[in-house]
Amino acid sequence: MRVVVDLNRCQAYAQCVYAAPRHFVLHGREALVYDTAPDDADRAEIERAAQACPVRAITACLSESAENTAEHTAENGAAR
Amino acid sequence: MSADSSAPDRIVIVGASLAGLSAAKTLRAEGYSGVLVLVGDEAHRPYDRPPLSKQVLRRDFGAETTLPQPADLDIVFRLGMAAARLDRTERAVILADGERLPYDRCLVATGTRARPWPNPAEAALDGVATLRTRDDSERLAQRLRDRPARVVLVGGGFISFEVASVCRELDIPVSVLVRDAVPLAGAVGAPLGGFMAEVARGAGVDLRLGASIARMEADPRGRLAALVLEDGGRIETDCLVVAIGAARNIAWLDGAALATDRNGLRCDRFCRALGADGLPAGGIFAAGDVAHWPNPHDGDALVAVEHWGNAVAQGRTAARNMLAPGPDAMVAHDHLADFWSQQFGLTIKLVGLTAGADSFAVVRGSMAERRFLAVFGKAGRTVAAASVDSARWLPAYRAAILQGAPFPPLIGGLDAPRRIETQVLEDAAR
Amino acid sequence: MSTLFERILDPANRADPYGLYAELRRQPICPQDDGTYVVGTHAEIDRLLHDPRISSDDLPDPQHFRWTGHPITDLIVRPVRAEIRKRHRPFIFRDPPDHEALRGRVMRAFSVARVRGMRAKTERLTRELIDKLAGKTRIDLVEEFSYPLPVTVICHLLGVPPEDEARFHGWATQLATALEPNQRGDEATQIKNEETFAEIADYIQDLVKAKRREPEDDILTDLAAGDDAERMNDYDLIATAVLLLVAGHETTVNLITNGMLTLLRFPEHLERLRREPEIAPRLIEELLRYEPPVHYRTRLALADIPIAGTTIPEGAPVVLLLASGNRDPSRFTDPDRFDPDRRDNCHLGFGGGLHYCVGAPLARIEAEIALVALSRRLREPRLLADPPPYRQGASLRGPSALPLAIAGVGEG
Repeated sequence: MRVVVDLNRCQAYAQCVYAAPRHFVLHGREALVYDTAPDDADRAEIERAAQACPVRAITACLSESAENTAEHTAENGAAR
Repeated sequence: MSADSSAPDRIVIVGASLAGLSAAKTLRAEGYSGVLVLVGDEAHRPYDRPPLSKQVLRRDFGAETTLPQPADLDIVFRLGMAAARLDRTERAVILADGERLPYDRCLVATGTRARPWPNPAEAALDGVATLRTRDDSERLAQRLRDRPARVVLVGGGFISFEVASVCRELDIPVSVLVRDAVPLAGAVGAPLGGFMAEVARGAGVDLRLGASIARMEADPRGRLAALVLEDGGRIETDCLVVAIGAARNIAWLDGAALATDRNGLRCDRFCRALGADGLPAGGIFAAGDVAHWPNPHDGDALVAVEHWGNAVAQGRTAARNMLAPGPDAMVAHDHLADFWSQQFGLTIKLVGLTAGADSFAVVRGSMAERRFLAVFGKAGRTVAAASVDSARWLPAYRAAILQGAPFPPLIGGLDAPRRIETQVLEDAAR
Repeated sequence: MSTLFERILDPANRADPYGLYAELRRQPICPQDDGTYVVGTHAEIDRLLHDPRISSDDLPDPQHFRWTGHPITDLIVRPVRAEIRKRHRPFIFRDPPDHEALRGRVMRAFSVARVRGMRAKTERLTRELIDKLAGKTRIDLVEEFSYPLPVTVICHLLGVPPEDEARFHGWATQLATALEPNQRGDEATQIKNEETFAEIADYIQDLVKAKRREPEDDILTDLAAGDDAERMNDYDLIATAVLLLVAGHETTVNLITNGMLTLLRFPEHLERLRREPEIAPRLIEELLRYEPPVHYRTRLALADIPIAGTTIPEGAPVVLLLASGNRDPSRFTDPDRFDPDRRDNCHLGFGGGLHYCVGAPLARIEAEIALVALSRRLREPRLLADPPPYRQGASLRGPSALPLAIAGVGEG
């Protein structure tokens, strides 16, 4: 998969860390470090992480396949 | 111009960048169904850069940072091929291999490149590197894995500090050479720069202020061996990262009679690129690091913002305006600059622009606790706020900046210092 | 004429407060006759949740006016109990820096591994509770499922022995009134709360002693641990334990019950969840927006706060109507529509800012497992009462019972 987090939005609520701890880690109090290219097999966990983000900062989709999972909301929605 | 009032069906985005991808996504989301070409001089699809100076070097996860791209974007990629020229009369982008890409609308999102070390012979030494691209990052990560005896960074900006932080986390000795008396001052002002200098030193960084390189020494095989400083000092190293800023990728626009200079491509508030005559150049827009635009939050003073958030927002605004039937239907780019950095275990976030700020105050928490929120004032108004591990207060200050609240804003309440001490900012921050 | 907020608090409007919320949102900041400022628009709630001039330390000091005539009760027992209660302010009613220290301890005890470790237990409990419904045609989902599930989970996490669970039911219901401004200021409620608190505190105290003697793998053991210097003091320890128990009893039950109620009102989504359980995460976020378990939280203005063309004066009580912000048309397209495919769902279901719900990750796990299992295993579920009867609370709002007709229980 491909994942990007808008870290301007992130406020370190750590909900993604609970949802997908192998792919999202907090360093210190607020520094979120994440896997930019998780395995497609981990899609359910990444989807949970993206959905649980209180500020909708996580965008994810499957690598190169025809289908995309999570929304592209963080960018598209913010300006509305 | 009549060509600009009809709906486009050929859009060329030059720059396989964050801004370029943001524009592409917006164009499709807004219903654009015509041809969409994305040109990039690197071989990669649009990828994310912030991890390149942090987790990629630390190898927390992989080095693959390609940005998520919805499958239905239907983009025609021209990757590994730079744009060489813009033909405004014929409305075509000409690639380095001569291919002509006709356009109804063209987005210039070519961004910046790392400013190279000014002495070309020294810049070419093995062991002298810059950090801007994915390939740069993978190479530097490889060097760090070989555990150099000492890494040296020249430059007093965020890249230097982030890389220095990674080196310390990997327990690699590191020196940072900063020409100015205070690092990071251009971005976050002297008080915050001074704070970060202390943090870096506390983490074991050999931070040298007022230092610059007089010359480099190489071994017989052309490999960097040591740096001789202006003050006569000498640092042995075979790993130097040059992080002295960025230069805008506008050379390919030479001859197109556009309003370009070292600040980038000048555009109006609708992201329309301006011609040398100061009027909107038909069908050409700009977004991201390369754009030089009037900032409504600062009296329309021209600004180029080299940050992630602006690239996304400006790509989006430019895309909407590319589809607008005319200026009346266009939206102004009014993004309030924001950025973040992670270093030495701390997260620094900034909202607003500190350029020209004349005052600074810590208004929540304290530098001693390494957890605080600080605000920047300019002529009595609040223009920016910075948080260090206090991100959840930041939205309230963002609102205050947007309202042009007096400095300091949001008086009273929780976690406030007994007395707010305002510091006058000198030229360093301007 | 009662104020708008009084009408919102009125149990008669509990089943559908959303019309009142819409009325409230005509003005972002609504001053009430009693000096309270009610905020119902998304942008303003979100801003105030992040505003350092807003305090969470708004519990009223206990005040007793009515004398029983028994000097021991009036002069000793009640004042002592009031004082005890006052010293046991849990961290949701605390501000920085205390709040950060306490919350940090709790977050460490609510570790990622521990919370995720509850998945298997939650799945097993869910299966057992649904198995027990076999053979029935009428059930009360609250009593038979949505209440026992989260209660068993939180007791297990905290380290409360299963045989003691029953005792908490009444205690939790009583103490949850601390979130309801119309109840907590009432003298009889205060007295009852103090008595209840004394009982629960005694119980927790004994349990803490036991945990210190024989440490186990649970949150209470972790909270009770530490050297003298860094050990949580007993007031904070008890207050924290009570808070987690009450929250575990009074919130997730609403999320699960509201979830089934909503899915039964929109059966196409129940059917979709049954067929595509992978939509559960986003469906649950939409539930948290559409029918959140906590409708409002109260705060106190520490300074004059100019906002949305008015000024909330220093000292004013502030009500942040999260559930109204969730239905704000200026933030959400078609806000009264339940739409699990909604994008950019920045709901306020778990609050926001420093006090964002500590239990959110656990609640999400429980709701996902529960709703997916219910959608798969209940045969032809049908609401027997719509609206169902509601519990007293306007903040912790949810049905007191959810009578359903079912045609049986499947294997899932």
